[in-house]
Amino acid sequence: MFGGYVITVAITISIYTILAISLNIITGYAGQISLGHAAFWGIGAYCSAILSTRLGLPFWIGLPLTIVITAFIGSLLAIPCLRVREDFLAITTIGINFVVQAVFLYVPFFGGAMGIGGINCPYDTTLFFWITLMFLLVCIGADRWLVKSWIGLALESLREDETAAAISGIDVVRFKVAAFAIGSGLTGLAGHLYAHFMTFISADDFSFPQSIAILSMIVFGGIGTLRGAVLGAIILGVAPELFRPVLDYRTLIYGALLIFMMRFQPDGILGTESLIPRIFRMFRQRTLAPLRSKG
Amino acid sequence: MAFLAVSSLTKEFFGLKALDEVQFSVEQQEILGIIGPNGAGKTTLFNIISGLLRPTAGEIHFQGNPIQHLKPHQIAMEGIARTFQIVRPFNDFTVLKNVLVALGHRFYPGLLSSATRFEKASHLEEASTILARVGMDAYRESIAKNLPLGFKKQLEIARALALDPTLLLLDEPMAGLQYEEAERLGNLIRRLREEGITIILIEHNMQVVMDLSKRIVVLDHGVKIAEGLPEEIRTNPTVIEAYIGREEGVA
Repeated sequence: MFGGYVITVAITISIYTILAISLNIITGYAGQISLGHAAFWGIGAYCSAILSTRLGLPFWIGLPLTIVITAFIGSLLAIPCLRVREDFLAITTIGINFVVQAVFLYVPFFGGAMGIGGINCPYDTTLFFWITLMFLLVCIGADRWLVKSWIGLALESLREDETAAAISGIDVVRFKVAAFAIGSGLTGLAGHLYAHFMTFISADDFSFPQSIAILSMIVFGGIGTLRGAVLGAIILGVAPELFRPVLDYRTLIYGALLIFMMRFQPDGILGTESLIPRIFRMFRQRTLAPLRSKG
Repeated sequence: MAFLAVSSLTKEFFGLKALDEVQFSVEQQEILGIIGPNGAGKTTLFNIISGLLRPTAGEIHFQGNPIQHLKPHQIAMEGIARTFQIVRPFNDFTVLKNVLVALGHRFYPGLLSSATRFEKASHLEEASTILARVGMDAYRESIAKNLPLGFKKQLEIARALALDPTLLLLDEPMAGLQYEEAERLGNLIRRLREEGITIILIEHNMQVVMDLSKRIVVLDHGVKIAEGLPEEIRTNPTVIEAYIGREEGVA
């Protein structure tokens, strides 16, 4: 149906979109800044790879196991993050990224510098694309449900004011851990898809610049909104493919983009208070206003 | 048995005693005023009762049970709600959503109940009813940060009421308000007491605290220096000294 190249790019972007959605739950909704999201992704991918190559588990058995294990490890790693806020949390999560990557690189069990290869993908690329897309839609659905639930409200109030949330009956520790668990569960899904798509993974795939890339996606699109996370992942996922010659400068461009967005559109291009949604709302009000006054 | 009993409560910050063996009790459905000069330890006392701070020593009993070891959300579940001297509503939320956050205290503990929708018609209606109690139902869709200070303070009370509290801690609710706003808030506080809520009120404005409170506790440098009826406090020489200074100090 499509060329192999287009499908490959589409799968990559779908996986990035799942990553952006999951980071948006932790950082966008719950306000817990994470600069180490690639670590959770790596944990999911390595977990999936080990279940597949060492235990020979099939794709659909490995999938729920990977999600549960990644969510569990994610909530364990959230414990050192509980006592720190904002800039200190950012540094802690960077630390987690480097430690996790180093463990993959230096512990022989994880294949060392050779990584883990020979992961068996039971589907051809086209079918795998549809499976990935289906999971992306499931993630979007899960995100919509989360935002509308009491859990989502609790996470958002943590972002707004932790103390006010606590005196309103919200168990701060429990809901912070919940944010990391839900976020890393979805990240585990992305890791599972990635490992089976690539069939070979190594520690470098989950390095700190990857975390920055995922963070750039949600900051660019509009942090704290689903539409922002999805659009940011698509645009920043497609961009390097369109501008092949500047691929070497990807990290540089992401960094510059982060600074630019923070200065001029801190809510991203589709955030609630950003230019495009504001213009859209203005336009809608103008077209609806005459109708209302007549009624 | 006192409704709330604070006994030998001490809080040290780096060796400095913010509260020193403070002892008092509150009877059900009374308004207890707490006054004292700046730095007397009034807000520290509220922070300890609401679980935001741990006391260095001493106990707090609420309806007979010790609560000094509980976390803020557990205190809230026990039915003790509070407001802040420097208001802290959820700024980017609508007024209604602010109230919904506290209304959720019934749903947060259960894994299944916390996964249900919070924007159900029945929840919205309940939140609106609470807003009506503080006279803010017309502002339900306003964003909290855009409200004038008086309404922000009323919103904090509405959020506290959503916890269905039996004890309400109000930290300087009148500070910074204009006359009409303060008047409105005073009436609201009286009405809440009539509804059966016990209230502890920290207040700088002497007139307000004398009018509203049944009894008054006076703190100075972390020590309780007086306790009694408003007219007793007004004429208490120790209290006057704490506020105005020693007689021989006046040139």
